[in-house]
Amino acid sequence: MLSRNVTPPATTTPTKTRRFRFNWVDGFLWFIRIAAIIVIVVGIVGSIQLFAAGEGPTLEQWRDLVISSFATGAMYGLIALGYSMVYGVLGFINFAHGEVFMSGTMVGLIASTMLFDSGFWDANPMASLLIVVLVAMFTSTLVAVLIERVAYRPLRNAPRLIPLITSIGVSFFLQYAFAGLFGVGVRSYPPAPGNLDDDVEIFGISIAGTKLLVIVVAAISMVALWYFVKRTKTGTAMRAVAEDKEIAGLMGINVERTIVTTFAVGGAMAGVAGLLWALLFRGVDFLTGFLPGIKAFTAAVLGGIGNLPGAMLGGVLLGLFEGVGPLLVLAGLGIPAVSQLKDFVAFSALILVLIFRPSGLLGERLGSEDRA
Amino acid sequence: MKDLRYTRFLGFISGLTMAFTGAIGMIEVFNQRTLIDPFLTMGTLMLLGIPAVIGVVAAKGRSNPLEGPTRDPLRGALAGLIMGLIAGVFASLFVLLVDTVDLTEFFPNLRPAMVDAMTFGFGVPVGLAVLSAASGLAGAAGGFFSGMSADIRRGMGAALAWVLGFSLLQGVVADIVEVRTVIRAIYSPQDGLQWWAALIIGALAWWLTLRYQGTGKTFAKRVREADPKGSLRRSLIGLAILMAVFLPMLLGGILNELLINVSFFILMGLGLNIVVGYAGLLDLGYVAFFAVGAYGTAVLTSPLSSTVNPEMSWWLALLVVIGLAAIAGILVGTPVLRMRGDYLAIVTLGFGEMVRILLLSDWLTPIFGGAQGIRRIPGIPIPFTDITISGVDPQLFIYFTLFFVLIATYVSYRASTARVGRAWAAMREDEEVAEATGVSTVSAKLLAFVTGAIIASFAGALFSAKVGAVFTNSFDLLVSIVVLLVVILGGMGSIPGIYVGSLVLIGLLGGPKSPGLLAEFGAYKLLFYGAILVFMMLKRPEGLWPSKLRSRELHIGELSQDAWLEKKGEFSSADGEEATV
Repeated sequence: MLSRNVTPPATTTPTKTRRFRFNWVDGFLWFIRIAAIIVIVVGIVGSIQLFAAGEGPTLEQWRDLVISSFATGAMYGLIALGYSMVYGVLGFINFAHGEVFMSGTMVGLIASTMLFDSGFWDANPMASLLIVVLVAMFTSTLVAVLIERVAYRPLRNAPRLIPLITSIGVSFFLQYAFAGLFGVGVRSYPPAPGNLDDDVEIFGISIAGTKLLVIVVAAISMVALWYFVKRTKTGTAMRAVAEDKEIAGLMGINVERTIVTTFAVGGAMAGVAGLLWALLFRGVDFLTGFLPGIKAFTAAVLGGIGNLPGAMLGGVLLGLFEGVGPLLVLAGLGIPAVSQLKDFVAFSALILVLIFRPSGLLGERLGSEDRA
Repeated sequence: MKDLRYTRFLGFISGLTMAFTGAIGMIEVFNQRTLIDPFLTMGTLMLLGIPAVIGVVAAKGRSNPLEGPTRDPLRGALAGLIMGLIAGVFASLFVLLVDTVDLTEFFPNLRPAMVDAMTFGFGVPVGLAVLSAASGLAGAAGGFFSGMSADIRRGMGAALAWVLGFSLLQGVVADIVEVRTVIRAIYSPQDGLQWWAALIIGALAWWLTLRYQGTGKTFAKRVREADPKGSLRRSLIGLAILMAVFLPMLLGGILNELLINVSFFILMGLGLNIVVGYAGLLDLGYVAFFAVGAYGTAVLTSPLSSTVNPEMSWWLALLVVIGLAAIAGILVGTPVLRMRGDYLAIVTLGFGEMVRILLLSDWLTPIFGGAQGIRRIPGIPIPFTDITISGVDPQLFIYFTLFFVLIATYVSYRASTARVGRAWAAMREDEEVAEATGVSTVSAKLLAFVTGAIIASFAGALFSAKVGAVFTNSFDLLVSIVVLLVVILGGMGSIPGIYVGSLVLIGLLGGPKSPGLLAEFGAYKLLFYGAILVFMMLKRPEGLWPSKLRSRELHIGELSQDAWLEKKGEFSSADGEEATV
C-alpha cells in the first residue's frame, strides 16, 4: 500500500488457472453483498406495501423528495470534482476539500448579506447571485491554492499516507480558524432573491425555482469544466500530469503549475457548490464542510475516482441514495424516525460501493503510479 | 537583495499571523492571564512571540544548505528588526482597519476590545507605534539570540523555558510544592510570577544548564560502560515505575483527574499505535471501538438501560466487552482488507460515524438511550473486598487505569518484537513483497484490528465506570483524530512516544472534551491540534520520540543523500536545517 515503485500492473490475471479454493474473506464479502441486497429488496417491498396501504409519503411527496435529492446530489457532484481531480493528479485524498467548500460559502455569506442590506439583492437577483458566486469561487480557489502551497507541496514525494494525515490537520485548522473568525453560531443567507423561490413548470412538473437553478448551474459548471479539461491546452496538460508526472515534465509541461491549476479549478468548483448550498439550505457554520466533504468523496469513489463525468454521476446518485434511501428502504423495514439515519445511509453507500465495485461505476482513471 | 526580499516575505507572514491571532480573539482571551506580574500577559507573549520566533528564521537567512547558516548576532538582529518592523506595521494597519470600519456583524472578534488588546491598551494612534516598535524589537531580539554562541543560546533557552514553565503551570506548581510560603512569595497575589522571581528562576536555570551541561550524557555513557548487560538500567526503570506508583498520592484531585484523562489517551494511543504505527493501516474510526467498550459496559452494568438489563458486575462485563470488541474489529477489518490505504481511512471514518449515528438514533434508543445516554453506571468492585472504585475518588482510580496501561504497554512491546510484529513491519513497508515472502497479510491485518479494538474497549470500559454515564457526544470523530494526533506527535510505532504525546497533548492542551493544564487554550485547542498535525507531518513525521525503524523508513531518501554529501565533506548534518517556510 505504501509501495511507490511497483511494476506496471499485469494485464493477464493468473487467478483463472488456479484451482478453486474457498477463501473465507471472499465468503464474508459475498455474505455482506447478499445480505445488503436482501435488506434493500425487503425494505423496498415493505415500503411499497406501506404505500399501497396508503401510509407513508404520497406520490407528490416522493416526487419532491427525488427532485430535492437530485439537486443536493448535483451539489455533491461539484464538490466531488475537486476530490477526483486532486486524487487523479497527486494520488491522495484532499481531506480539506470540504473546508475549501465551506470557506466559499462563508465568505459568500458576507457578500450576499451586504447586497441584501443595500437592496440590490431583490432588485437584480441574477446579478447578485453572480456576484456571490464569484466571491465564493474566488475565496475557495484562494484557500485551495494556499493549502497546496503551504501544506502539500513540501510533501510531494512523501509516503502516501503522510499527505492524507496532513490534509486532516489542514481540515481541522481551517474549521477552527473559521470558527474563530466568524464565530461558532449558524448564520443564514438572506432568502432567495426576487421570485426565485416560486415553483416553475417544466414538462408538466412543477419544481421549486431554486432547485431548478441549482441543477442548471451544476450542469453548466460541469460542461464548462469538461470543455476546459478536454479542449484547452491547460486541461490537456492536467490529464498528462495525471497520467505520469515524470513523463509530462519531460514533454515540457510545467508540472508544479499544472498541479496548482488543478487545485484552483477544484476550488472554483467547490465555490460554485458553496452558492448552491446557500440556495438549498441557507444556513452555514464552520462545520458545514465536513459531511458534504465526506459525501462528495463517496460520490467521487462511486463514479470512479479520477473520472470527471463519474464524479458528477456519483454525486447525483449519492444524493438520491441518501435522500430517498431512508424512506424507501429503512422505513419499509419498520425503523422509526428514518430521517435521522440519512448520513448512515450515505456512509453505508460508501462501504457497499467499495465492496461491490471499488473502481467505481464508470471506472477509475489513475496515473501509473497510483494504481497500486 | 535576495535576502531582503526573503526578510520582507517573512515580515509579511509574521504580520499576517499576528493579525490572525487577533482576529480570532486569541490575544484578547490570553490577555486575561498574567504570566509575569507587572508587564507580561499571555496575550502579549503570543503576540510578540510570533515576530520573535520568525526573527530567528529571518536571521538565519536563506542560506545555502551546503554552507550552513551564518552566525552573526548583529546581522541577525538587523534582519530580525527589519522583519519585525514590517510585521508590526502590517499588524498595525490591520488594527487601524478594525478601528475605523465596524466589521463585527460578520467577524464578532473584530471589536474595540481587540484593538485594545493588540495595542497593549494604548489606544489607536499611540498604540500602533508601540505595536510596531515592540514587534521590531521582538524580531531583533530573536535574530540577535539566534546569532549568539551555542552556550549562550542554550542558557537563554533554558532560562526562557523555566520561567515560562513556572508561570504557565502556576496551578500545578502550587498543587505539588507543599511549602506554601514559598509559593506565596514567588507568585503575585493576583496571578503570575513576581518579576524578581522570574529573574531569579531564569538566572538559576541559565547557570545550572551551563554548569551541568553534558553531565547527563557522560553519566549515561558511564552507566552503559559499567553495566553492559543492562541490569542496572532495568532496575532504574523499575525505580521510575515505583516512583510513578507513589506520584498520584502526592498530587491533588485536579491533577489526578487530568492524569486519568491522559492515561485514557495513552491506552487508546497504544491501541491505535498497533493499527497505524505497526501495521500501517490508517484507522480514522478508532472511536467506534472505544464506544463499543463504553456502551457495552454501560448496557451490561447499569440498572437504567431499559431493554437489555443484566446488571452484571464490571469484571464480567469487561469479559463480554472484550469479546464484542474483537467481533467489532473483525467486522470492520474484513471489508477493508483489500482496500487501498487511503480508502481504508475514509471507510473506517465512515464506520466510526455510523456507530455514533446509530447510538443517537430513535431506532436503538430502547437499548442505548439515544441522546439521554445511559446513567448510573456502577463503579468497579474490587474482588474479595467491599471497595468499589469509581470516578468519585480519582486518587484510587488512577491506579486502576495505570494497571490497564501497563498491560497494554506490555502487549504492544511483546507484539512488536514477536513474529506478528515482524509481519506487521514487513506489511507496512511493502504489502506485496510481504505476501510473497510468506506473510499472511489477511491474518496480520485482522490481528492488528482486533488487538487495537480490544485495547480501545479497555479504555471505554474504564471511561464509563469512571464517569458513571455515557453520552454519544463523547464518541465523535474528534476523539479518533485526537488519538491519531497523540500517536503522530509521539511517534508512530514508538511506545514511549505515545506516553510523551499523550502527556504533552492531553496534559497541556487538553483532550477533546476536557481542559488541560493550559486552560486558556480551551477555545483554540482544536485550531492548535490541526496546526500541530500539519507541522509534525511537514517537519518531523517521525514524532517527538521516534521509533528507530519508522524514522529510518521516513528518511530513507534523505539519509542516502546525506551520506553522499558527507562523503564529499561539504555538509554537516547537525546544522543543516533549511530555513525555508
